[in-house]
Amino acid sequence: MAPGVGRRPPPAVDRILDNRNVLGVLFLLPAASLLLFFLTYPLGLGTWLGFTDAKIGRDGQWVGLENFVFLWGDAVTRLALFNTLFYTIIASAIKFGLGLWLAVLLNEHLPFKAFFRAIILLPFIVPTALSAIAFWWIYDAQFSIISWALVRMGWITTYIDFLGEPWLARLSTIAANIWRGVPFVAISLLAGLQTISPSLYEAAALDGASGWQRFRHVTLPLLTPIIAVVMTFSVLMTFTDFQLIYVLTRGGPLNATHLMATLSFQRAISGGSLGEGAAIATAMIPFLLAAILFSFYGLQRRAWQQGGSDK
Amino acid sequence: MKAATDAAGMNYLTSLPRRLVTLWLPLGVFLFVLLFPFYWMVITTFKPNEELLSREGNPFWVKNPTLAHVKKLLFDTAYPDWLLNTIIVSVAATVISLAFSVLAAYAIERLRFRGSRYVGLSIFLAYLVPPSILFIPLAAIVYKAQLYDTRLALILTYPTFLIPFCTWLLMGYFKSIPYELEECALIDGATRLQILWRIVLPLAVPGLISAGIFAFTLSWNEFIYALTFISSSEVKTVPVGVVTELVEGDVYHWGSLMAGALLGSLPVAILYSFFVEYYVSGLTGAVKE
Repeated sequence: MAPGVGRRPPPAVDRILDNRNVLGVLFLLPAASLLLFFLTYPLGLGTWLGFTDAKIGRDGQWVGLENFVFLWGDAVTRLALFNTLFYTIIASAIKFGLGLWLAVLLNEHLPFKAFFRAIILLPFIVPTALSAIAFWWIYDAQFSIISWALVRMGWITTYIDFLGEPWLARLSTIAANIWRGVPFVAISLLAGLQTISPSLYEAAALDGASGWQRFRHVTLPLLTPIIAVVMTFSVLMTFTDFQLIYVLTRGGPLNATHLMATLSFQRAISGGSLGEGAAIATAMIPFLLAAILFSFYGLQRRAWQQGGSDK
Repeated sequence: MKAATDAAGMNYLTSLPRRLVTLWLPLGVFLFVLLFPFYWMVITTFKPNEELLSREGNPFWVKNPTLAHVKKLLFDTAYPDWLLNTIIVSVAATVISLAFSVLAAYAIERLRFRGSRYVGLSIFLAYLVPPSILFIPLAAIVYKAQLYDTRLALILTYPTFLIPFCTWLLMGYFKSIPYELEECALIDGATRLQILWRIVLPLAVPGLISAGIFAFTLSWNEFIYALTFISSSEVKTVPVGVVTELVEGDVYHWGSLMAGALLGSLPVAILYSFFVEYYVSGLTGAVKE
């Protein structure tokens, strides 16, 4: 570092640049302009497109609620809405349960703890599209390793067509989603667990609390705020999932695994009906807002009430 | 970390056999399930086709390992191009996002100009906007701007999810730097830019590494924009190329598919293994704020 930075009194330009309001706007300008043009504007444009009959290569005309009325009567869209809700609720609930369990296990005193923590996060950091291909191979109708193992153990006699039957396909894609999401939930909750003071557990143990009671009445209440944030992110990521379904099933069999994101891609990009696809994407926004508001405010208020009523 | 080491103090309450069943058994099952797909990727990559398609023998091991699938991938497909594209796009998007985010985070957190709080809040809201609802209007914009089927389309759109994340993360790091340091520098006559460059940034290096690693992996893994904005094989990224080009008709070349998945995952996995602590602190830091 050079000594005596700015020995002379700064010239006028520098003084204006040192005004925090001017400088604040200048510093913010690059990020803000990029986000305004590629995030805020598309968000508005997407909503607008949802109310038009735009096709690829043709600007749309305003058609009011026509797209939404059509989609509401469309059996495939209704099925996609059901699938998305089913997928999100089941996968998120299991991710939460398994993630919390794994976090508690990792919070124990273990040898090679840092190593365990590092490799457990692997499913989360590799590209989802690529790990989904591995699952596609694991789920293969003819060469599935799961079927092979089950046949060898004598539990089944014919190979399972994991991605060929509607309900099996739904559950198989959910399993792959859980596989990818559990590490994120577990590592985030582990960070929360590590902030809980061990003296609280000792105090509870001295008062005769069992392991389960210590978990239920010490760990859970203290963890609630971070659970709220982690699960908000998890629900958002699951609800808007695209890659896994696109790679594993493309929405099949018989649209049984179409999520709203994959359906909007199919209608807008593959099918060319930008307006219809945009309407499906726009229809996701109220659900996302509801999820954010519910888990954020709902759970955070509960944490506050518990903290307030205990003392 | 302190809580973790102290937790050993209560281990005497549980006996060894009990610990085996309640701790090591579930942990073992978790590890097996979470890592098996990777093992399967590696095994399939090196298996010759005869072994892949036979139901005899032990499928969990390779008898005659072969590099044929990797060779096919590297010499008979556009895989090297995809790898290069992914590197170019990820590095460019990460550098742009980091530079813009440093300025924005410093302005919001340290300059405290009028309205900075609302800007901080809107950055957080931008972080919650998922790419799945943006790709259709973005496709229209990319097409109008004549960026369709170019790397620039990805380099310019990836920052939409990178900048909110990096800014949010860096705001947390900047917050922890004492004001006194900046005040001393101001009294000594340093300009704000000098303060940012010579005092704040050197102290925020761990935060910059966290944000950089995270941004790079997020760009490397991006799928929906690359799928929508790119159509020519030579401009594709690895995830999109593997999914759209290696699957030909009804015959799946599982060996080269898995080799493609493995080679595409390795760079991020290796990078991650060097910076695990930074990555985890970025992940948990962003969630905790």
